[in-house]
Amino acid sequence: MQRRVTALAFCALASLAGARVASAQHATAYDVEDGARTFASTCANCHGPDGNLIPGIDLGHGQFRRALTDRELENIIENGIPNTAMPPSPLLTEDAVQRLVAFLRSNAEQKPAPGKSGDPARGKALFEGKGECTDCHRIGTLGSRTGPDLTRIGLQRRAADIEKSLLDPKAEIQAGNRLVRLVTADGKEVKGRLLNHDTYTVQLLDWDEHLRSFNKADLREFAFEDSPMPSAKKKLSSQQITDLVAYLSSLRGP
Amino acid sequence: MKSRWALLAFALLGAAPLRAQVTFERILNAEREPANWLSYSGTVTNQRYSRLEQITAANVKDLKLQWIWQAASLEKFEATALVVDGVLYTVQAPNTVVALDAATGRIFWTFSYEPSADARTCCGRVNRGLAILGDTLYMGTIDAHLLAIDAKSGKLVWNTMVESSAQHYSITMSPVIVKDKVLIGTAGGDIGIRGVIAAFDAKTGKEVWRIHTIPGAGEPGSETWAGDSWKEGGAAVWNAGAYDRETNLVFFGTGNPAPDWDGRGRAGDNLYSNSVLALDADTGKMKWYYQFTPHDEIDYDSTQVPVLADITWHGEPRKLMLWANRNGVMYVLDRVTGKFLLGKPYVEVNWMDGFDANGRPHKTAAQPSKEGTLMRPHVHGATNWAPPSYSPKTGLFYVAHWEHSGIIAIQGEFPRGVGVNTAQTQMGQPNLLPFFNDDHEAYGVIRAYDPQTLEAKWEYKMADITWGGVLSTAGDVVFGGGKEGYFVALDARTGKELWRLAVGGQINSGPMSYSVGGKQYVTVAAGSSLFAFALP
Repeated sequence: MQRRVTALAFCALASLAGARVASAQHATAYDVEDGARTFASTCANCHGPDGNLIPGIDLGHGQFRRALTDRELENIIENGIPNTAMPPSPLLTEDAVQRLVAFLRSNAEQKPAPGKSGDPARGKALFEGKGECTDCHRIGTLGSRTGPDLTRIGLQRRAADIEKSLLDPKAEIQAGNRLVRLVTADGKEVKGRLLNHDTYTVQLLDWDEHLRSFNKADLREFAFEDSPMPSAKKKLSSQQITDLVAYLSSLRGP
Repeated sequence: MKSRWALLAFALLGAAPLRAQVTFERILNAEREPANWLSYSGTVTNQRYSRLEQITAANVKDLKLQWIWQAASLEKFEATALVVDGVLYTVQAPNTVVALDAATGRIFWTFSYEPSADARTCCGRVNRGLAILGDTLYMGTIDAHLLAIDAKSGKLVWNTMVESSAQHYSITMSPVIVKDKVLIGTAGGDIGIRGVIAAFDAKTGKEVWRIHTIPGAGEPGSETWAGDSWKEGGAAVWNAGAYDRETNLVFFGTGNPAPDWDGRGRAGDNLYSNSVLALDADTGKMKWYYQFTPHDEIDYDSTQVPVLADITWHGEPRKLMLWANRNGVMYVLDRVTGKFLLGKPYVEVNWMDGFDANGRPHKTAAQPSKEGTLMRPHVHGATNWAPPSYSPKTGLFYVAHWEHSGIIAIQGEFPRGVGVNTAQTQMGQPNLLPFFNDDHEAYGVIRAYDPQTLEAKWEYKMADITWGGVLSTAGDVVFGGGKEGYFVALDARTGKELWRLAVGGQINSGPMSYSVGGKQYVTVAAGSSLFAFALP
C-alpha cells in the first residue's frame, strides 16, 4: 500500500510540474547506492555496466521506450516483457525494485543534457562536409556502411559517450563494430567490419560494402584490427565537436 | 590521419569492382542469371523453374545436406528465400529478416521488427518472403506495414503503413517489384477487411497508387454486392503477383468474399472476390479481370500464384496464364485479354459442372444448405497458397495439391469435416503429427499437367495432404514435399521418386535453387528450419 501511495504522489507531482514525468525524487543516497548494486548484480548481465549493451536500449539515458512512470518501470522489472528476452525478477523485493528505479533515475540525471550548447545544424553540415564522417558512417541512406550506422545513435548512446568516441575512438569499440583483417590463401588482403565468426568461418562487410564469407581454413591470416577512425581532437575545434555531438544526439532513426 | 581517411574514401569509391545492384532489368531478366533467385518464384513469370543443370535426374540421388538454419520461431516457415550474389535473404516468422551466407548458412545480419500488438491474422503469423530492388529489401508485415531494409547492413530505410492493423488488415505476401515501385496487397479477408492493392515509391515509401479490390458505391461492379456488404467484403490479396513486361500488366489473385461461409447478406457475384485482376503497373487501373468463383460460400480464395508462360497453344503462339485454383478447377487464360481459353476440374469437384462461352462456371445444386451438403473440394481447397512450377523444358505445369477432400457445408457456419478428415486436412503447422486418413478421405499429390489439355501426365502420391510448393529445374528434377516432412526429388518427365530425405517437420514453403562458387544448391524450409542441399 505504501508503494501505491508513493506512486500516486509521484503522479500528482508530475501533473503539477507539467512536462516532467514522475521520478524517484525522494530517493536517498542509500537508495541509489543500493539500486546500483542490484543493477550491477542483476541487470548488468544483459544490459551492461552502463545499461547500454543491448542495441537500442540505454538505461542510463533516462528515456525508456516502454515506461514513463516509476510504477511502469517497476512493473517491467518485476514482470519482464512478454515475448522478449527481458525476464521477470521474482526474487527482488518491492523495496529493491524501488531502489533500482531510484538508481536508474539518478543515473540519468547525472548525465549532461544531450548537445546542450551545440548547434545540430552546424554539426550536420560538418558531418556531411569537412568532417568527412560519411566516408565511413551512414545516417539514413547517406554515407558508407563500413563504419557504425549512426541513424539512431541519439537513442543508443549518451552525448558524453558520443563525445568520448569522437575524442578517443579507440578507447571503446562496441562488439558489433569491430574490424578484422584477413589474408586469403592467394595473398589478397581483405578488411572489413566483423559481422559474425565461428570456429570454421568468418562473415564481414568489406570496405567495398560487400557481404563476404570465408572459411578460416582457407585464410593465411585473420586478426582483429584497431579502429581506423581518427581522433577529432586535432581535426576539429571544441565548438565543432560540441556541434557534432549535438547533431548526433538528435538522431532518432528513420 | 587525413591520408588514412582519403585512402578509405578511395577504396569506397572504386578501387575494387562493385557487385551490381539488383536493377529492375536484372529482375526482368532473372532467367539469365540462374545463380541468383531475385523474386518469390525466381522470375516475374512465377515459373519457379531453375535453369541450373548441375543437379540432374541422374545424380540427384547423391544430394547431401550442406547446412541448416534454424529460425527462432514456432510459426510455419512459409517464406521462399532470395539469393543475390551469394547472400541469402529470408524471413523468420513473423517479420524478422536474416541475411545468410548462401554457401554456409552463417549469419551476416538480422533485422528484427516488432509488429503492433493489435496485428491479427487468420491463419498464422506468417510471411512468404521478401522482394529486392537496388540494395534494398522490402517486406510486408503482419501489422500491414511495408518496410524497406538495407540489404547490406540490415538497417531500416523506411516504414510505411499500408493499412491499419487495428482494422484487421495484415500483410503476409512477398511484395512485387515493377520498375521503381513496390506493389503489395493486404490480407484479412476472413476478418472483414476490404482488399487493397497499392504501389509505393521504392526509394521513399511514398504511395503512388492504390485500388480497392471491391468497388465502392456507384462504381462498376458495386451492383454485385447487396446493401453495404461491400464495405467489409474481403477479397484480400495475400500471395505473390506476376508481371508481364510487354503489356506492363501486373496480376494478383484475390481472396474470398466475407463473411466466408454465409453469402445470404451479400447477394450477387461479389466482384472482384475470387478473381485474377490485371492492373496497369504504372497506375493501378484495371485492364481486365476474371472471376473464378462467383458468390463463393466455401472460402475458395483465388490467391494462388499466377504462372505466366509463352507457349504454342493449340497451334498458336499465346501469352498464357496457368492457374490451379483452390476451387478444384484448373484454368488457361489469355493474359493479354483475360479471355478464358480452357477450364477443367483437376480433382473431384461438385460445386460446378461446366462453363458458359465466357468461362463463367455453371454452379450445381450442391451448395451449402441448412441441412448441410457434402462439398468438394474441402474448405481449404484442392490447393491453396503453395507455389506451383512450370518447366519450359518439359512443357509441363507442376502442382502440389489434394485429392478426395470433402466437407459438409452448413449455411452460415464454418464447414464441418467428414469422418476422419475432420482432423487430417487442417492447415499446415511446423511439427509432424500422427496421421490416420484413408485415401478416400483425402491424400496429397504432386502432378504434372499438360497445359494444352490440362490432363495429368504423371502423379506422385503422398499419404497425407500437402501445403508445400514445387520447383522444377533444367536438370529435369521436380522438388517438393508436404505435411509428412519428406523433401523429395522426382523425375520431371515421369514423376518417379529419385531421392528423399525426412526433414523432421512439415514443409510449408516452395523449394528454390541457386548457385555459389559454381555449386548448385536447393533449399526448402521445413518445420522451423531452412535446409540447403548440394552434390558432394
